[in-house]
Amino acid sequence: MKANTSSRLKKVLSAGHLAVTSECGPPRGSDPEVIVKKANLIKDHVDAVNITDNQTSVTRMCSLAACIRLKIMGLDPVLQMVTRDRNRIALQSDILGAASFDISNVLCLSGDHQSFGDCAQGQNVHDIDSMQLIQMVRHMRDDGKFLGGDDIKRPPQMFVGAAANPFADPFEIRIPRLAKKIKAGAEFIQTQCIYNLDKFEAWMKLARDRGLHEQIYILAGMTPMKSAGMAKYMKNRVPGMDVPDALVKRLSDTPKEKQAEEGIKICIEDIQRLKEVDGISGFHVMAIEWEEMVPEIVEKAGLYPRPEIK
Amino acid sequence: MRLSYPTSIKIIRVPCTGKVDILHILRAFEKGADGVYAVGCMEGDCHYTSGNFRARKRIEQAKALLDTVGVGGERVEMFNLASSEGPLFAKIATEFVQKISDLGPNPIKLNKKHAA
Amino acid sequence: MIVADKKPIEEIIEELGTHEKILILGCNECVTVCEAGGKKEVGILASALRMYFLNQKRDVKIDEETLQRQCDHEYLEEIRDRVDRYDAIVSLACGVGVQFAAEKYFSTPVYPGVNTCFMGATEERGLWTERCQGCGQCILARTGGICPVSRCAKRVLNGPCGGSTDGKCEINKEIICAWQLIIERLKALDRLDDYEALSPLKDWSTDRAGGPRKVVREDVQP
Repeated sequence: MKANTSSRLKKVLSAGHLAVTSECGPPRGSDPEVIVKKANLIKDHVDAVNITDNQTSVTRMCSLAACIRLKIMGLDPVLQMVTRDRNRIALQSDILGAASFDISNVLCLSGDHQSFGDCAQGQNVHDIDSMQLIQMVRHMRDDGKFLGGDDIKRPPQMFVGAAANPFADPFEIRIPRLAKKIKAGAEFIQTQCIYNLDKFEAWMKLARDRGLHEQIYILAGMTPMKSAGMAKYMKNRVPGMDVPDALVKRLSDTPKEKQAEEGIKICIEDIQRLKEVDGISGFHVMAIEWEEMVPEIVEKAGLYPRPEIK
Repeated sequence: MRLSYPTSIKIIRVPCTGKVDILHILRAFEKGADGVYAVGCMEGDCHYTSGNFRARKRIEQAKALLDTVGVGGERVEMFNLASSEGPLFAKIATEFVQKISDLGPNPIKLNKKHAA
Repeated sequence: MIVADKKPIEEIIEELGTHEKILILGCNECVTVCEAGGKKEVGILASALRMYFLNQKRDVKIDEETLQRQCDHEYLEEIRDRVDRYDAIVSLACGVGVQFAAEKYFSTPVYPGVNTCFMGATEERGLWTERCQGCGQCILARTGGICPVSRCAKRVLNGPCGGSTDGKCEINKEIICAWQLIIERLKALDRLDDYEALSPLKDWSTDRAGGPRKVVREDVQP
């Protein structure tokens, strides 16, 4: 990959290490300390930190500003960008803004529909889709050009990522869709939360059969369950989520005060099992509003200390 | 049976209550009717399968509309009974006329007189 | 066809204010088929308004008329000789008809009597669903004849998005995921390989984004 990047994430991955990323949701307010505090909890245990972009369509501090905070702290932020709220002008502009702070990772997403959020009556943009956003960033970086064809002075050096849901419907296009994202120019994938390991491993096998694991870094998405209630909610309410009954049962059978601990244990076991799967390049540990648990998970899963990168 | 029912009722025969249009109902009120009700076959016994269900929907629609314009949705009703139920027919007629009498005259009829 | 839905009578009454001679003007085309603005609906609205105003002890004249179309000069001209009798028109045509009537009868207020919704089809009586947003650059040839612009909540051109579950859209379990349909159709047409072709960025300049649009056909112009 020719890009000369400051992305720590990319360096870790290309050196052949198992990478660890995590994510922080920006606050619903302008207090910078919230994001700084969250980042400080995890900074020594991860290679890069995703900052979500108005996740579930709830208005929050912008991802770019929060990424700048992390960058100033010396962390390697992953700028999440959804195509819901900005047209191609704003997206290109924000990428340049991010690049001006040497933010060097971007995750291209379409974003949850605005009907889930606090502005359900708002308009959505969807000028381009997530697949086209990947192409756009690659075009800006590799060709050094705007979509309009003009040269970009000091093009952005972005390591370009995408999301993938190994459990998405319809089944027949799970792998073609991954192939399509690679074709669009995605260099790393952070998957949807994985709870059904058998099904995920089957997906990985299909990806390997097409050699896709050699064309892209796949980071397995891991989210510890806080309680049996959360497991049930994820199973029944969250679109595209595959939570096996056995997992719900294991948590339900655990006394309430021990469920969080059990959830962490399960997460660690899962990472340890998936570490052995060929084609997995790392883990994206999303402890939703539970960032303080990330260090323990990373340590107990044998992913600590993080490698030194020059 | 020679049952009696109030003479203030004007019966309009239709082949099926499914034929009763919302416009028929509205026009009746516009012309000064104090109440309108449709008498259909028992639900499930319609010769045309669903005519009486359609009628019920239109009655509901008329109720909502009459409420909106201030005439009062309670002035329109739908009843279902079999053709063999003469006594019930007379009973419904008596009760409905009583209900309408209690409500008083169609308000727009009064105003129409004023306007004229 | 253009699909419209009834406007609440309360809203129409509110708009009509103090007008005293009102023409309710229906249209025989799309809004008749979708039972929102044809002769029948004109009759119902007119009757309801007459009763409402009488009940308010107001002497308001409400007349009814339904034209073949309100989006063509020749049909709209049919009421020219009597338009002066009215101080307001309520058009039950789609937004096109309402505006065309307003343009033609410049000094007469024209109020919309329906909410114009979308271009769609009658799936069954009483159920109309959207099929087209008139983006001006049809891509149906590439998407198995199913339109992601009008039928995907995010108009994703390289779908489905991550929210597609059991073939249903993330925003509502009653909405079928357009990309589920596209993939099923591509499969039926034995063209599933086409799925992996990247759909390029769409030129939205022919869509609403490009401003008010027009089609000029010199070959058919007089």
